[in-house]
Amino acid sequence: MPPVNEELTVGEMLLKAGISRRAFIKFCTATASAMALPPWMGAAMAEQLRHARRPSVVYLSFQECTGCFESLTRSFAPTIESLIFNVVSLDYDDTLMAAAGDQAEAALSRAMRENFGKYVLVIDGSVPTGAGGAYCTSGGRSAVDTLREAAKGAAAIVCVGTCSAFGGIPFADPNPTGAWPVTAIVGDRPIINVSGCPPIPEVITGTLLQFVTTGKAPDLDEHLRPKAFFGNTIHDRCYRRPFYDEGKFAKSFDDEGARNGWCLYELGCKGPTTYNACATIKWNGGTSFPIESGHGCLGCSEPGFWDHGSFYAAQSGAGWGKAGASSPRRALELGVAAGATGAVLGVASAGVSRLRQHRSEQDAHDHDGHDFDRKDG
Amino acid sequence: MTLLGFARGPALKVAIAVFCLGVVWRIAAFALLRIRLDLSKPRASVFKSMAGGLLTVGSRSWPHREFIGRTGAGEALGYSYHLGLFAVVLLFTPHILFLGSLFGFSWPGLPSSLITVISVLTLTLFIAVLFRRLTNPVMKMLSNFDDYFSWFVTMSVMVTGIAATAHIGAPYETLLAVHILSVDILLMWFPFGKLMHAFYIFPSRAINGALLARKGATS
Repeated sequence: MPPVNEELTVGEMLLKAGISRRAFIKFCTATASAMALPPWMGAAMAEQLRHARRPSVVYLSFQECTGCFESLTRSFAPTIESLIFNVVSLDYDDTLMAAAGDQAEAALSRAMRENFGKYVLVIDGSVPTGAGGAYCTSGGRSAVDTLREAAKGAAAIVCVGTCSAFGGIPFADPNPTGAWPVTAIVGDRPIINVSGCPPIPEVITGTLLQFVTTGKAPDLDEHLRPKAFFGNTIHDRCYRRPFYDEGKFAKSFDDEGARNGWCLYELGCKGPTTYNACATIKWNGGTSFPIESGHGCLGCSEPGFWDHGSFYAAQSGAGWGKAGASSPRRALELGVAAGATGAVLGVASAGVSRLRQHRSEQDAHDHDGHDFDRKDG
Repeated sequence: MTLLGFARGPALKVAIAVFCLGVVWRIAAFALLRIRLDLSKPRASVFKSMAGGLLTVGSRSWPHREFIGRTGAGEALGYSYHLGLFAVVLLFTPHILFLGSLFGFSWPGLPSSLITVISVLTLTLFIAVLFRRLTNPVMKMLSNFDDYFSWFVTMSVMVTGIAATAHIGAPYETLLAVHILSVDILLMWFPFGKLMHAFYIFPSRAINGALLARKGATS
């Protein structure tokens, strides 16, 4: 897919498309406010974009389900078409591009060669390294080799989805394909993780937009996620939070509490430990988010979410084993085994104590006997 | 493995194992100790001795009328923070869920906001208890490392619990992990320190009362 009108700046492209300067500034201001950037950043973004040539974006899909890309296509602000036709030059994406086979591979090579050191590399999916990388190949090359080569010329890598950010489902125990997140393979490029299974579309586009306009990665948390979107827990921003504070919890998915919109904490909601913008940006153009639909948060934007026990076990429960939270049977087994050991130790301690007591009495008796003999003698 | 995963996974397992082992060990060792035979003629029947033991459990749990002016405040303080602890431990919904995941059953809880108020009050009482221990010459003389460490681990659980609930100072999962780790430490310390009084207090009162009743004395 050769870049369209690559010699035009973004501003020229927009003018040609009939988008007014005012509408463009409004769009940039909305994006800046969604990312909690200062108010002047909206105008600065617009100015920067107007004069910038569209940055090249290379989108590589590895071991994934295409859910992240499906999510991206549902972005409302900006829409995927306005992003790829007006703001960035999507030079390679095997899901969207019309080209296939050698033509597609040639487009990838050309984009990487002509924009070396400047293109944004978007990675979707984990990188399998098992069996020499044979679990995921494209154009005769393994995902791990393609990633290493593409990363060399990337200005930054944006990992879209929990699979590329943290390994995701392929990385979950027992990880049969030897899958790894991008950070485990590439260490010398700026990496931004946009986690989620899938991520919120506006979070993907917003992060891309901020990078291409400012040329810098946004403020990131310890998991390399933009703080603007991953700075708060779902629980902190959840509209059901007042019910948590009141101690009103749904006990099942169809009880009166659930119908009244009470907190889903008892039903395993992972909102308290999950950092994402679901409760604020929401999905489908701000329509709703999973908790609003009556289901607890799965914690899909957190590392290892698939191995953190049952989705339906409460956060405060004991977490024993990968299959789920602790069970009363396991607790009983542990308690009985430890108690039995304690009983043996207790009996032994009492035995030792009795023995000492007996010896002490024996000594006292012997001592008294000697005294008696001495007196007698 | 995350800190939270460690706290409520392997660390909790070890803590519960140490707790069960230690409690059973100490109770068994205590129960099987040889009691010196009392060869004197009993002043009361076995039944009356046992009744005397039970009466002592009740009478020692309440201030003696004659000393109420001197001991009443201390006992009120003790009762208040124990009741606060029971309410927070047993009636806070996340705790009920935690215990439910271990025991397989649960019970209704109190509103979280009410628990927060009780927690802060209990914490204040806890500080008052330490102040009393440090300022009362007799109590200070009787206190050793065990008393202060037992106070410290219990206090740590409360402070980290309040911080986790109110989201003070760190992300929720970190606070929750630290809170559960402090519980793990408490569980491991429990059988080997004075916290064991939870198991000993009533049996020891009953035994003392029964022995005294056998001798014809009331206590």
